[in-house]
Amino acid sequence: MNDKGKIVTGLVIFAALVTFPFWYNLGKAAPPPEVVLTEKAKAAGECVMPKEEIRTEHMQLLDVWRDTQVRDGQTVYINAKGKAYTMSLSNTCLDCHSNYKDFCDRCHAYASTDPYCWDCHIDNPKEGE
Amino acid sequence: MERSRREFLKIAGVSAAIGLGTGPVIEAVAAATGHQAAPEAQVAHHPEALKATRWGMVVDTRKIESAEQIERMVEACHKEHNVPMLEEARHQIKWIWETHFHNAFPSQSTDRISEHLEHTLLPVMCNHCENPPCVRACPTKATFKRESDGIVMMDFHRCIGCRFCMAACPYGSRSFNFRDPRPFIAETNKAYPTRMKGVVEKCNFCVERLAVGKLPACVEVSEGILTFGDLNDPDSEVSQLLKENYAIRRKTNLGTGPSVYYIV
Repeated sequence: MNDKGKIVTGLVIFAALVTFPFWYNLGKAAPPPEVVLTEKAKAAGECVMPKEEIRTEHMQLLDVWRDTQVRDGQTVYINAKGKAYTMSLSNTCLDCHSNYKDFCDRCHAYASTDPYCWDCHIDNPKEGE
Repeated sequence: MERSRREFLKIAGVSAAIGLGTGPVIEAVAAATGHQAAPEAQVAHHPEALKATRWGMVVDTRKIESAEQIERMVEACHKEHNVPMLEEARHQIKWIWETHFHNAFPSQSTDRISEHLEHTLLPVMCNHCENPPCVRACPTKATFKRESDGIVMMDFHRCIGCRFCMAACPYGSRSFNFRDPRPFIAETNKAYPTRMKGVVEKCNFCVERLAVGKLPACVEVSEGILTFGDLNDPDSEVSQLLKENYAIRRKTNLGTGPSVYYIV
C-alpha cells in the first residue's frame, strides 16, 4: 500500500474532471425558452391537447397521427373534448404554428433535439424568408 | 479480504432483491408520467372519404389525341405532390409520365401495330399491383399494400433509400431522390410535404385526395381519358368500361396483377 497517496490524488483529479461540467455551469442555467404564439394560435385559444400534455407529448401524438393517417387512411382526430381536427402536421399543426423559428426551434434548441420534420413538411407559410 | 461463503451469499441475495424490486418501481414511475397519447381521443375517416376494396384505373387510349393532354395530367400530378423538375435524366423524379406503346407493352408490341397506337403517347404510372414485388423487396415495410383498398403506398418516414423496390419494380415506376428536391420545385403545394434526399417516391393514386373525397389529380384533368374506381364493384364505372371493351395490362406475364388497364 505504498502508492496510497498517488491513487487518492489520481481519484480526486478524476472525480474533479468528471464533474467539471456540473460545477463549471453551476448557477448559470440557461433560461427556459419562451415560445411565441402566432395571432392565429392565440385566436384559437387551445391546442389539440391541453397545453401541458402537448408540450411533453406532441412527439407521441405525431407518431400516432402519422401511422393512423398513412397506414389506415383515417384523417380525423377527435380529442378528449370532442373537437375534430385533421391529422396533419403540415396542415393542422403548422397552420397555426407557422413561426417555426420562434416556436418549434426555441424548445428544440433548448432541449438539444434535432427533429428533421421540416426536411419534408413545409413550415407553412414561410414567413420572413 | 477473506470473505466467507455465507457472507457472499448474503450480499448476493440482497443485491438480487434490490435489482428485482426496482423494476416495478421504474415501471410505476413511467406509467405515472404517462408516455402515451390521450386514451380518450378517437380517430375517424373523413365523412366524404372515397372508399373501395380495390382501386383501379382505366386508360382509354382511343381518346388520346395529343401529347398535351398527357402533359396536363403530369403537370397536375407533379404540382399536387411537389415533384421536383430535374434536368439531368438520371436524377429525374416521375410519378406519371408518357411513353410509347412499344415501351409500355414490350411483349404485346408487334411490327405492325395500329397507326393510332404507334403514334400516340400513353400515360404510365405505378400499377398498384395485386401482388406488388416492391413490397416484398422493402426491408423496412416503408412500402406496403393497404389491405383495405389495394393501394401500394409509401411511408416516406421509414424509407432508408436502399432502392431494392426500384430494382424489384418491373415498370420503372419508382424514382430516387439523388438530390435534395426542394430547390427544384417551382411552385410548392403547402398542403403536401416534399421529400428529402435519399428517399424513393412514386404515384400514390392520390391517396390524400381520396381520403377527403376527391378523385386523383390526373383523372380530374384527363378529359375522360382516365377513369378511376373500384375494380371489385361490378357497377363501378371502371368495371362497366372493362366489361364493354377489350383492355390490356402491362407485363401481366410477370404475375404482378396491375390495377391500371389500357383500352386499346
